[in-house]
Amino acid sequence: MSDTHSPDTQNPEAQSLRAWLLTETPTSRRHAKLSALYHGWLSFRANTMAMIGLGILVALLFVALFAPLLAPHDPFEQNLGSRLLPLWTEGHVFGTDSLGRDILSRLIYGSRITLYIVALVALIAPLVGLLVGTVSGYVGGWVDTVLMRITDIFLAFPRLVLALAFVAALGAGIENAVIAISLTAWPPYARVARAETLTIRSSDYISAIKLQGAGAFRIITKHIWPLCISSLIVRVTLDMAGIILAAAGLGFLGLGAQPPSPEWGAMISEGRRFILDHWWVATVPGLAIFTVSLAFNLLGDGLRDVLDPKAGD
Amino acid sequence: MNMLEIKQLDVWFGHGHNRVDAVKGAEFSVPEGESFGLVGESGSGKSTILRAITGLAPEWSGGITVNGERLGKQRRKSFYKTVQMVFQDPYASLHPRHSVDQVLGETLALHGFRDIDARVVKLLDDVGLGQKFRFRYPHQLSGGQRQRVAIARALAPEPKLLLLDEPTSALDVSVQAEILNLLVDLRKDRGLTYLMVSHDLSVVGHMCDRLAAMRHGEIVEIMDVAALRGMQAQHAYSQELLQASV
Repeated sequence: MSDTHSPDTQNPEAQSLRAWLLTETPTSRRHAKLSALYHGWLSFRANTMAMIGLGILVALLFVALFAPLLAPHDPFEQNLGSRLLPLWTEGHVFGTDSLGRDILSRLIYGSRITLYIVALVALIAPLVGLLVGTVSGYVGGWVDTVLMRITDIFLAFPRLVLALAFVAALGAGIENAVIAISLTAWPPYARVARAETLTIRSSDYISAIKLQGAGAFRIITKHIWPLCISSLIVRVTLDMAGIILAAAGLGFLGLGAQPPSPEWGAMISEGRRFILDHWWVATVPGLAIFTVSLAFNLLGDGLRDVLDPKAGD
Repeated sequence: MNMLEIKQLDVWFGHGHNRVDAVKGAEFSVPEGESFGLVGESGSGKSTILRAITGLAPEWSGGITVNGERLGKQRRKSFYKTVQMVFQDPYASLHPRHSVDQVLGETLALHGFRDIDARVVKLLDDVGLGQKFRFRYPHQLSGGQRQRVAIARALAPEPKLLLLDEPTSALDVSVQAEILNLLVDLRKDRGLTYLMVSHDLSVVGHMCDRLAAMRHGEIVEIMDVAALRGMQAQHAYSQELLQASV
């Protein structure tokens, strides 16, 4: 947030920008868009917990972006002479792991992998779910039946077991783990999108656009998607914690990221062997996963308040 | 020439045991330039006739002829340029995430107009909304303003026949009069034909030349507005309606 947006600024120029953004009578398309965004930002900013979540995620993004500058050591550099050093050791704030690698540096580089997983899953799963759900809900009939029974089949499997099967078939590795998680994560989104579509498709504004001769493709993409996307975004941020944990779980089972990759779940898996004598080796990456998961949950709660169309009206 | 001819129209919902006959054997015609009212209590099938004409109620039989063209199950693009509809509830008929500009712009684009910017401005002026409403979202508008936007959208393709589904029943009394006067003026200026559904006889008396009274899906009587004003209904049910509205 920049100073110009602050309400208590005395600067008249900033005041007029604020008035311009808060106007009830926008003068152009861009103005109306910016004004709507600013209103959303104001109501989001009022939610302290959501702002904390956003702050943590911005910090994570910053750390991932500048990992080479921030990390005190090479995350892959082994030093068997200084293995399993405790917390707050000189030069190794979070200690070292069983091969003498600096845990802080590995955490910092691991944030890149976490963000990579999050970004890929967030791109694939909700999009597939949105497509399947809205088409199923809008078209109805046998298309609906077929798509929803496929969704049921995917939903009936425990997520991690299905992901394990996919990874076993595709081969271990972080990309395949992401694909496997995405393939198991889309059915709930499809369900949500279908339920929303069913209520939207019989509404008067859909009838009205049908009377202008609009086809199914236009109605689904331009009229139904914008109304489904907000609830999907909320769900994605709330599910993100589960997705990070699933990725970590696959890493823990040795089917996700492969050594020596500093993926957080794989780090816990390595530290498990020494958990009684050297608890920090597993605990520190565990705390990192916990913090990021919590941040996504807080952000999701805040976004739900802002994006819910019923609340907006 | 008749703008709209309805012959032996049946409309139903559901199949088998669940089948509900909403309209039974409706028959009337509306000459070009006339304003025709459909009155009756709720559930009498008035709105269903409008939905059958527009194709929103897919299961019907009988004959619907619009502007000399007999309608089949599918509606052609040219149909939507001839017939447009204004919905009952302006709070439900505008997309909550689309600005007025988007609503009108998309409608104009769908009908193949090129000079969209100029036409959006003109439409807003025609319905008594100024330029300043152009980039507002529905939640920034009052009920009457929303209904004006909905009327502008219906006028965008320059239709000949406008179907009005209780266009003022969701509005405040003071706003109702404004919208009704707007509709009267628009009809005068553009030579539109109206088919208006209402349960309010005073509204129909103000707006229409002739009207049909409906009960349980059937048209019981067609009369002109002079008969309505003189309380000279023939059928027992329409007499009852007149008595109730005094």
